[in-house]
Amino acid sequence: MEAFADVALLSRIQFALTVAYHFLFVPLSIGLGLILAINETRYYRTRKPEDAAATKFWVKVFTATFAIGVATGITMEFSFGTNWANYSRFVGDIFGAPLAAEALFAFFLESVFLGVLLFGRKRVSPKFYMVSAWLVWAGSCLSALWILIANSWMQTPAGGELNAEGTEAVITDFFAAAFNPSIFARYTHTVDALLIMGAFVAMAVAGWYMLKGRHAEFAMKTMRIAAVVGIVTSCAMIVFAHASAVVVWEEQPTKLAMMEGMYDSEVPPLYAVGIVDEETQEVIAPFAIPGGTSFLATGNFETEYPGLNELAQTEEYGDMVVEDMPVNLVFQSYHLMVAMYGLIMLTSILVLVFTFRGGRIAKMRWLQWAAVLSPIWPFIAIQTGWITAEVGRQPWVVYPSVTGPEGVSLLTADGISMSVSAPELWLTLALFVLVYAVLLVGWARVIGRFIKEGPVEGGDDVLDRQLDEAAPAAAAAGDAVERGGE
Amino acid sequence: MFEFLSVLWFFLIFVLIAGYFVLDGFDLGVGVLSPFIARNDGERAVLRRAIGPVWDGNEVWLLTAGGALFAAFPNAYATTFSGFYLAVMLVLFGLIVRAVSFEFRAGDPGWAKLWDGCFFIGSLLPALLLGVAVGNIFAGIPMDAIGDYAGVPLLGLVTPFTLLTGLLGLAMFLAAGAAWTALKAPLGSELRARAVRLRVPLQVIALALFAVVSVYALAIVGTEMDPALSVLRWLFAALVVVGLAASVAVGRFRDDDLKAFLAQSAVMVALVALLACSMFPVLVNATPDSVGPAITIFNAASSELSLTWMSIILCIGLPLVLAYHVIIYRTFRGRVNSEDLTHY
Repeated sequence: MEAFADVALLSRIQFALTVAYHFLFVPLSIGLGLILAINETRYYRTRKPEDAAATKFWVKVFTATFAIGVATGITMEFSFGTNWANYSRFVGDIFGAPLAAEALFAFFLESVFLGVLLFGRKRVSPKFYMVSAWLVWAGSCLSALWILIANSWMQTPAGGELNAEGTEAVITDFFAAAFNPSIFARYTHTVDALLIMGAFVAMAVAGWYMLKGRHAEFAMKTMRIAAVVGIVTSCAMIVFAHASAVVVWEEQPTKLAMMEGMYDSEVPPLYAVGIVDEETQEVIAPFAIPGGTSFLATGNFETEYPGLNELAQTEEYGDMVVEDMPVNLVFQSYHLMVAMYGLIMLTSILVLVFTFRGGRIAKMRWLQWAAVLSPIWPFIAIQTGWITAEVGRQPWVVYPSVTGPEGVSLLTADGISMSVSAPELWLTLALFVLVYAVLLVGWARVIGRFIKEGPVEGGDDVLDRQLDEAAPAAAAAGDAVERGGE
Repeated sequence: MFEFLSVLWFFLIFVLIAGYFVLDGFDLGVGVLSPFIARNDGERAVLRRAIGPVWDGNEVWLLTAGGALFAAFPNAYATTFSGFYLAVMLVLFGLIVRAVSFEFRAGDPGWAKLWDGCFFIGSLLPALLLGVAVGNIFAGIPMDAIGDYAGVPLLGLVTPFTLLTGLLGLAMFLAAGAAWTALKAPLGSELRARAVRLRVPLQVIALALFAVVSVYALAIVGTEMDPALSVLRWLFAALVVVGLAASVAVGRFRDDDLKAFLAQSAVMVALVALLACSMFPVLVNATPDSVGPAITIFNAASSELSLTWMSIILCIGLPLVLAYHVIIYRTFRGRVNSEDLTHY
């Protein structure tokens, strides 16, 4: 029953829920933003009506998705203050600047040029319009950079020190804080995952039209773009994912121990699947490559890494209660993410091969189905990847990283808002579930409609029709709509 | 240097708030007015198109102000956002459903009523509650030793004074919304005529509320205001009055919608400037029964290095932001015409 009144737990649930939901749409908008920009560039070069139809289709899908990403992103910026007031006080001197910079450098860029994408096709030159598509995408990538600077600083703090009273982390070196030890690995790893997501959604749309025998030409063109983006991003992921893992191995020993289910110090083996029995503190796995993870981390099969029990004896990690650590959750998330990567790579290769060798995919129903289902893999990988990163950081909100400045760490439970009560949290949690569920249905309806309508040549798509119907009404109401154009 | 930066950032926060109130103010106002001012789908389409290309960028001013407050005065950010928890959540839910209502309304005629409703409610909640929040930080909230809000959730924030500041904010946003609609609706349309008819009484109501709030405010915290800024306070108060009168005059007698809108916007800036000069150096006032002291630039500011970097970021970012705004407002200048009502 205590859990019902546990403000820290409820705040964590609320943050996890709202950020996971936000992170459902961010990958779609950053991933599809690239697909859209590529399509817009193609149309800019060819000026063919079918390319116009294609890019208009992606503008519609992209903007409806972008809107929900923007809307749910406001929650995240507010939540530091609303639910994590003590955290905000502790880190504000360092953590606030990237958030302000994100708004200033990224949000304005995105929002203004999104306005051009939405309403500007007849108002700006074709080149300006095409550049706007790239700027919206660049803005969203820039936004990801600032927010990942902030998040990475929580994982691997740097460039700061504890103030004399021991109440706040204060900045000592801006560049060291911004370019903290994990930022490059985590940024490339994350954004690449989002681009994979975009490519796979494009694949799914193309595969769907192939299955239905509609928009054959559009489907094939889209499949080609998606196949290229898909294979490039999937291959690049090997490098980025490895770099990310190396940072964890070097900086976050408790996270590594949780990812591999290590309670006692050992030379970590490599598991494909398994279960962590948190009672007996053992990993039950059908097979394991001895020293495999050690090899990936250091290049040899013999390096021993500390387990949770040993780490709990140290000063840095002494606040951790080993029995309470969600080891199995982190283990499963991490291994599920890796397994999904296998499916991502397999899909990318198959789609690439059969799209470009004479376009045989157009007749291969099983591969079309595989393409339609393919966004599930990056979706699961992205969500489980975040669970690994964020749950693996617990019980700290600012992690006592190996190379981090002394004393700059904060337990999650110490970061809450003291003035917010459990009933208030239950109320807002219920509202989030309700509102977000309606948004999800609303978004699915809109996207479903766009996909059903498909790319249509000429101005004759759903939206134009709807607004054309509206225009005479406006004219009748205003009796001089035409004259009003100054 | 540290003191200078603290003072500078105090005023910069208010500059960002003024930017938000002026820009998002008019589109929030349009949202609240929409059910009353638009009589059919065509007119609703004109309203959405009038703010469609710009509302998102306008709203980013709020996120920037929030981020800047977090970075420059973490204690003030933590106290207000957690202390006003349910109110902030209501604003947040408003902004969320409002943000999606534009695209979802355009893409899903079947649920048009729902998204029109979201557009209205989502505009009303922030338009009303932001003023209530300002009233609270001005009049003071009960605080404990570390600066956490110690009063009754949500209802503790509603007093006669904060209700009045909420209504003043709402009236200002509605007047701005009516002024923007008059500026963007087709010339000679009934929509524009209705907007013009609404603009004047709304501005008169705003003026009346401003007078009441000013007297009330002087009675509450008049003696605590920084005497060095008293000339500026008189100046900005006069600007509010003169600006509103001028806006009524140019709109009504000269029939110039642009000047009427600009005058209305100048009034909003003057009002925020007046607020800043009345509060300095306090960010969040404490009621007399509070355990902890008021949150001021002296006990809430970030370190000198942090404020220096924030200043560098702003020096690079603000010119870009202004350039973006010039681009977007220039691209979509002029009244909405039937050509514009197609999308994408």
